Amino acid sequence: MFSFEPGTFLFEAWVARNQLLAGLAVTAQLSVITIFAGSVIGVFGGVGLTYGPLPIRFLLRVYVDAVRGIPVLVLILFSYYGLALLGIHISPFTAGVVALGGFCGAHMSETVRGALESIPAGQTEAAKAIGLRFTQRLRYVLLPQAVRRLLPPWVNTGVEMVKGTTLLSIIGVVELLLATQQTIARNYLILQFYFAAGMLYVLVNITISQLGALLERRTAHLRY
Amino acid sequence: MAEPQPLLRAIDVHKKFGDVEVLKGIDIDVQKGEVLAIIGSSGSGKTTFLRCINLLEEFHQGEIQVDGERIGYTAGSHKRLGEAAIAAQRARIGMVFQSFNLFPHMTAEQNVTLGLIKVQGRRKEEAVEIARRWLDRVGLAERRDHYPYQLSGGQQQRVAIARAVSMEPKLVLFDEVTSALDPELVSEVLAVMQDLAKSGMTMLVVSHEMSFVRAVATRVVFMEAGRIAEEGPPAELFARPKSERLAAFLGRFHGLAH
Repeated sequence: MFSFEPGTFLFEAWVARNQLLAGLAVTAQLSVITIFAGSVIGVFGGVGLTYGPLPIRFLLRVYVDAVRGIPVLVLILFSYYGLALLGIHISPFTAGVVALGGFCGAHMSETVRGALESIPAGQTEAAKAIGLRFTQRLRYVLLPQAVRRLLPPWVNTGVEMVKGTTLLSIIGVVELLLATQQTIARNYLILQFYFAAGMLYVLVNITISQLGALLERRTAHLRY
Repeated sequence: MAEPQPLLRAIDVHKKFGDVEVLKGIDIDVQKGEVLAIIGSSGSGKTTFLRCINLLEEFHQGEIQVDGERIGYTAGSHKRLGEAAIAAQRARIGMVFQSFNLFPHMTAEQNVTLGLIKVQGRRKEEAVEIARRWLDRVGLAERRDHYPYQLSGGQQQRVAIARAVSMEPKLVLFDEVTSALDPELVSEVLAVMQDLAKSGMTMLVVSHEMSFVRAVATRVVFMEAGRIAEEGPPAELFARPKSERLAAFLGRFHGLAH
């Protein structure tokens, strides 16, 4: 098993290393951009869903429910082929970011809304009573408390997004899965390379979970 | 007018929750330095009235003035003021809540300095100095770096009082501040309030602690079904209640007293 000859896993992995690492890099990039964009959308979306005036709440509700109700794959196909038919031509990578970012943002919006709504009303009242304005109440009182509550679902969504990037192989984004499939097409080491790719995904996701756990420990004093 | 301008003046304040009118015309003047106790059974509207003063509730009719300034609504019409104006008015009125409502992600000291820095625009060092002085005054100098969950209920409420009074509000509203406390913790909070009352702070106190009301209040208001049913100095009101309702209300407390 550890022999280093053509046809063995180690040899073929060495041959394909650049391709696989490039795929891993694309997966990592997609994940980071998607999770970051989704989190930003989520904060604004969540605040809008919780405190916004009715028209804004309505529009956000339509966005969140529609995007969460549509399979991610459909979102991806639409943002690549659908937008192209409408005259908007974007690269598969960009289409992937749009689809996954929009999907992630919808989930994060609900997460942030839930976290904000779970904060006791007395917190808002106390913040009002000392004369804080809305944006100050959010910044100093509500969002810091919401962070603690939304960390576990944030990690969940993040992990889902990393796995979701594999769907972009359908529209030709050479991320880790497609890079792996291209490698397998040359050497037919199906089990070994899918297993290796799976391990890499697990590694990325464990990193995210650890990051979440670290943040949870650092906010452990946010108790009642 | 020979009378000095009252610090707080409520004129015919009406408040509805849906179809239910919970305040049916409250008129009251409170002078600077007075400690006004509001008593009454639950549902009589005393907490709602307090929350109207701090603009946590909107009211539908009437007017509330603090130091001659109309609170919450534009003069002339009953139109709600903008956010910044309301926040500025709230900053001049302190409020202490039944459930403390300390910010759990901040230490005792940070709870006090937040408003001093972000609302009053003080420098951090100055705010910390003020906070330490007040935490010392409520007997919590050693607990200033503790988070709320590390403090007892009585200690949390004393931090909440320090948070409210450190901003030097014109008046402070106390909304049943001992009701959520274990009996043995009530006295430490009442002692702090008595200290503040002696220092000349204008206070509106909704309370069920009749012995405290009797000892500390300069005037007592008995609310009943959204109206002020009776008012007067505590000695008089407690000794000779005019209405049967007040007599019955006080009787329930005498029954509990030892």
